[in-house]
Amino acid sequence: MAASPAVLNRNEVAGSRSANTAARRAFFADLVGVSPTIALYAAFIVIPTAFALFLSFTHWDIDGPIKWAGLANWRAFLSDPVSHHSLLVTFELAVLSWLIQTPVGMALGIFIAGTQRYRAVYAAIYLVPLLLSTAGLSLMWEDVLFPQYGGLAWLGIHAHMRFLSREWLGSPNLALYTIVVIIAWQFIPFHMLIFQAGRRAIPAELYDAASVDGANVRRSFWHVTLPQLRYSIVVSSTLVLVGSLTYFDIIYILTQGGPGDSTRVLAMDMYNIGFNQTEFGYASAIASVLGFIGILLALLLVRLSGFGSMEGTQEGIW
Amino acid sequence: MVATVAKAPARSAASRSTPAKVAAPAPTLGGIRGRSKISRFAAFLLGTLWLVFVLAPIYYMVLISFRSPGEYLTANAWLPTGGLTLSSYSAVFDSPGIGTYFRNSAELALGTIVVVVVLSLAAGYRIVQRGSRFSAVSFRVILFGIAIPIQAIVIPLYFITNKIHIYDTMYGLVLVLGASLIPVAVLLMVNYLRLIPRQLYDAMAVDGAGPWTTFTRLVIPMARPVLAVICIYAGLGAWNSFLLPLILTQSNNDTVLPLGMYRFASTDQYALNVPVVMAVVVFSVLPLLVLYIGLRRQFVQGIGGFALR
Repeated sequence: MAASPAVLNRNEVAGSRSANTAARRAFFADLVGVSPTIALYAAFIVIPTAFALFLSFTHWDIDGPIKWAGLANWRAFLSDPVSHHSLLVTFELAVLSWLIQTPVGMALGIFIAGTQRYRAVYAAIYLVPLLLSTAGLSLMWEDVLFPQYGGLAWLGIHAHMRFLSREWLGSPNLALYTIVVIIAWQFIPFHMLIFQAGRRAIPAELYDAASVDGANVRRSFWHVTLPQLRYSIVVSSTLVLVGSLTYFDIIYILTQGGPGDSTRVLAMDMYNIGFNQTEFGYASAIASVLGFIGILLALLLVRLSGFGSMEGTQEGIW
Repeated sequence: MVATVAKAPARSAASRSTPAKVAAPAPTLGGIRGRSKISRFAAFLLGTLWLVFVLAPIYYMVLISFRSPGEYLTANAWLPTGGLTLSSYSAVFDSPGIGTYFRNSAELALGTIVVVVVLSLAAGYRIVQRGSRFSAVSFRVILFGIAIPIQAIVIPLYFITNKIHIYDTMYGLVLVLGASLIPVAVLLMVNYLRLIPRQLYDAMAVDGAGPWTTFTRLVIPMARPVLAVICIYAGLGAWNSFLLPLILTQSNNDTVLPLGMYRFASTDQYALNVPVVMAVVVFSVLPLLVLYIGLRRQFVQGIGGFALR
């Protein structure tokens, strides 16, 4: 965006009014315009965030008084093998999701960035999973994967594809991978959009130049497309990691963390400990871990991607 | 924002007006010519494979929703052989709960859209105006909110909504959900409003327009495209939300569709009546599908949120 020098002399443009009155008027307008948003946002995002952190240092079962607990919850979290397992499952889910969603999203994004008409039609259909609610698509997949009567089991029995007839969600060895695939089905279209926009922003001249230099398809991908997509890669990776580290809905609906503890991620743990066992202090410690991870990754995103430079276009404020 | 690709020049017209020797016009996106026929075919195959993966479960769901419970157990699971029936859909319409859930979700979506659009429009305008430090600091604080996962604050939200007596109410849910969608909405708004040329504001100021007149005569008309995008972002977020309704509502009267579907599917009566469950899911996505067909571009930007620019 072009920097506008008009900012400084806007008050002069305004003419007869003195600079002082104009500034006061602007401040008043800011107060009216921004305050409602800030109030709502503070009440339901900022204060709860601080409150969650505070609760992590207390014992509380919601009915009784809040009792100070010092570092007890945090010590418990660090020494509890149950939470170690949840942490491990959470990271496994996040890394697997990342390894699948970002590369496949990139491939599809580049594919639908193409100009052929049929690709636009494909792109429109690819987005349909994003219209379904998480609850809806979970119920859909549950029945596709249902043992004996589900769609895959039917193929396994009647089409002699026995490998399809499994306890997809009922086996501790398979459930996590099944969940990873369902989450990928849901969110890859989103990453595809990021990469489509990124691919379309690459100037055609770069490919012409590569072509003149004798680059083939593969080399132009490695030397033009991939480096030019680095912003999209950073955004997509961060969003996958933040999203899957805090993932809850599909797991809650399909497995409740089971079978056994095979899909019990941190967010599921937090929900159970908080809302089923009413240990809100300990649950808040887990929630704070989730919050820290989210904020840390988002800051990394700002660092790596040049969201900072976007802020820089607002001259003078930052 | 998603870049819109210029339409490729009409090839036939171009080749007719130029000597036949001239090569076909280069693709607008750029790309490597020659040897690419094979890779294009490979791309077509893989793209079609993904299409099948996307559509297969949806097709299965729609097909099953037209089966009777008996047929579901015996008929071919993937081909529309045997009898198809609308009985599941009439069961859905006859169920008293589903109508309530549907109405609640519509209310929640509309309420959230109003809250998010009004607040982000007012705040976005003042942030772009850069009138005082207050709006600048507010913007930074709001942007920070994009990083806070809602899962991390559900316990305090449960407590706070109880304390101020908005627990288990629709408007309480509207306020919390609205707050959670505000950061991205404000970012979308600010990014868009920045594109309004400074000179237009200055011209308004010369004409003696105050902030309110500028807002109603200039900002709101100019913001119309991004308003559509934010409506879809907020509406989709509200219509499909699961976690916040799970935490913040309790009674059947305040149950929204995603939560209602989940509970409906877990009741004994329907746990094994898969066709009815599938019909409910199809029913829940139909309004969105209709809107999506009409407003594809706005949907893409509403879904992509701040990640596209």
